[in-house]
Amino acid sequence: MLYGEYPLVDETEFIDFDIRFEPPRGLRRWYRPQVEFEFDGHRPFKPLPYSQAFPMFEWALNWCVANHYHHYLIIHAAVVEKDGLGLIMPAPPGSGKSTLCAALVNKGWRLFSDELALISLQDGMLVPMPRPVGLKNASIDVIADFAPQAVIGRKATDTAKGTVAHMKAPTNSIQRAAELARPAWLIFPKYEKNIDMSLVPHSKAHACVYLAENSFNYNVLGVDGFRAVSAAIDQCACYDFTYSCLDEAIDLFASLEQPG
Amino acid sequence: MSDSEKLLLNALVKPNTVLALSAVDWSLLIRLARKANLLASVARRLEAEGLLAQIPAAPLAHLDAAKRLAEKQLRGVYFEADRIQEALAKLDIPVVVLKGAAYVIADLPPARGRLFSDIDILVPKNKLDDVERSMMLHGWVSGQHDAYDQHYYRTWMHELPPLKHVTRQTVIDIHHAILPETARLHPDSKKLLADAVPVEGREAVFVLAPVDMVLHSATHLFHEGEFENGLRDLVDLDALLRHFSKTEGFWDALIERAAEMDLTRPLYYALRYSQQMLQTPVPDVTMKAAIATGKPSSPVARIMDALFARALVPNHPRCDDAFTPLARWMLYIRSHYLRMPFHLLLPHLLHKAIKKRFSPAQAEVPKLDNN
Repeated sequence: MLYGEYPLVDETEFIDFDIRFEPPRGLRRWYRPQVEFEFDGHRPFKPLPYSQAFPMFEWALNWCVANHYHHYLIIHAAVVEKDGLGLIMPAPPGSGKSTLCAALVNKGWRLFSDELALISLQDGMLVPMPRPVGLKNASIDVIADFAPQAVIGRKATDTAKGTVAHMKAPTNSIQRAAELARPAWLIFPKYEKNIDMSLVPHSKAHACVYLAENSFNYNVLGVDGFRAVSAAIDQCACYDFTYSCLDEAIDLFASLEQPG
Repeated sequence: MSDSEKLLLNALVKPNTVLALSAVDWSLLIRLARKANLLASVARRLEAEGLLAQIPAAPLAHLDAAKRLAEKQLRGVYFEADRIQEALAKLDIPVVVLKGAAYVIADLPPARGRLFSDIDILVPKNKLDDVERSMMLHGWVSGQHDAYDQHYYRTWMHELPPLKHVTRQTVIDIHHAILPETARLHPDSKKLLADAVPVEGREAVFVLAPVDMVLHSATHLFHEGEFENGLRDLVDLDALLRHFSKTEGFWDALIERAAEMDLTRPLYYALRYSQQMLQTPVPDVTMKAAIATGKPSSPVARIMDALFARALVPNHPRCDDAFTPLARWMLYIRSHYLRMPFHLLLPHLLHKAIKKRFSPAQAEVPKLDNN
């Protein structure tokens, strides 16, 4: 349902990671069944209840990328694109980043990722990794109401993050997964109930520090990491964005001006 | 030797063979090398041969990533070495850096592309208390070790329980010898310290003399019970041997020192397997001398061949055969047997076995999408 539209590699192609999700051996295969993540024949994490197999797949895949893709600068942020220009949304937990990301990609923006911004160290371009968008608790129904056409997978309840469901990446985003984008906007979203929407400039110096701190591999990359972060900030218009209504937010994002 | 193992060894020994690899071979090579902690070493070899430009983009990305990780660790070692030097400056004792960190500090070939986390140092035994106190004053504390572990380390081992820095989480092992007090072999730490050589540009920081560095590396590898990094350590040994043997008289000095230090057995294993697997250019006369002084009796030598052939490969399912788990287990038991006499060993293993049953080793799945 969520991965039906992705191309499959054939047997002669290179694969990045050899991973498996299987029930553990022994009793827990039958009694309150569990699922385990296997990476190159080893199991780095504790098993989870079988009903959480899909979220575990997404978390484990993020773990693979965040721990191995050091040829990119990796930042904890959602990324969407329009007209070749990338919008990066880093935000602390609870800010509604994934919800906003899911809404945007249902209204004409192209999905890059709801979790991991990948920035090429060669040319500073954003690299897409369009995978299902993780939605949590109330956000699941919010997006189902906002975009009735969105395909949302089965809910997994009682995970470490509450109830979790994933929304399928739009077809167009999957098909165009090889098309990069130039970073153009860096926006820190914040959802607050019953608040007037506002978009105010955010200090570039602070944005720079924030990106470094919210990167998974800034310390691995050293000087190259600093250069990549600074280059991205130089190209981006940086804002704080507070909203309470998704429709208003979408209208405002549609009218964002391209930075000079 | 399995095809998988050959794939990785060829990439290290005959780097230009990678040019003929298919995409499927590359997938496997990257995974094997990563599992063996040798991905950055492979990248460095290919780079040294000027081959990187001809590597397909997908595997090249992983090689590049591994190189960056290795470079980060080099920076980490320099930084930690400075902090350790600061912490121990007032004690006025020579601090000898061992193993991986020593290769980095002394800029030796194995440093290029090496991945590791701990720093090991050797200090005089009578200064151990002073050293521990100074390290604690500078933020290193003893990790999660219960009273039994503390007792085990302090009574029988050649090192203190690992110390961890409270803010940086870096780990340091402080040794006063290279083998436990209770071990069957007794290399003299005083001799090691006496011959240690200063590191250029660093006051009071030393590394072992070349022959001692090789012997320590060999002892560490072939007395160890866990071979997670077995092949990586053998690759280090090979690189050290190739580098030091450029100095006139190195091989003779090595054989002589091994006899003097009671380490002819690990040296024999080191030369044998390094030559066999990585084609280290060991002179015939040196190999003969190592055999004459260090080879165990024929049946034992044959068993050890069978065990090490299974342990010195990447710990990856693709390299395992039906006997691999047994071989690894036997080497684990052997390492303890080499470390302690039976009357100490049995209660210790029993204690560890019971403890292991009640302490899970796996981590929770990390939560990335926590908003």
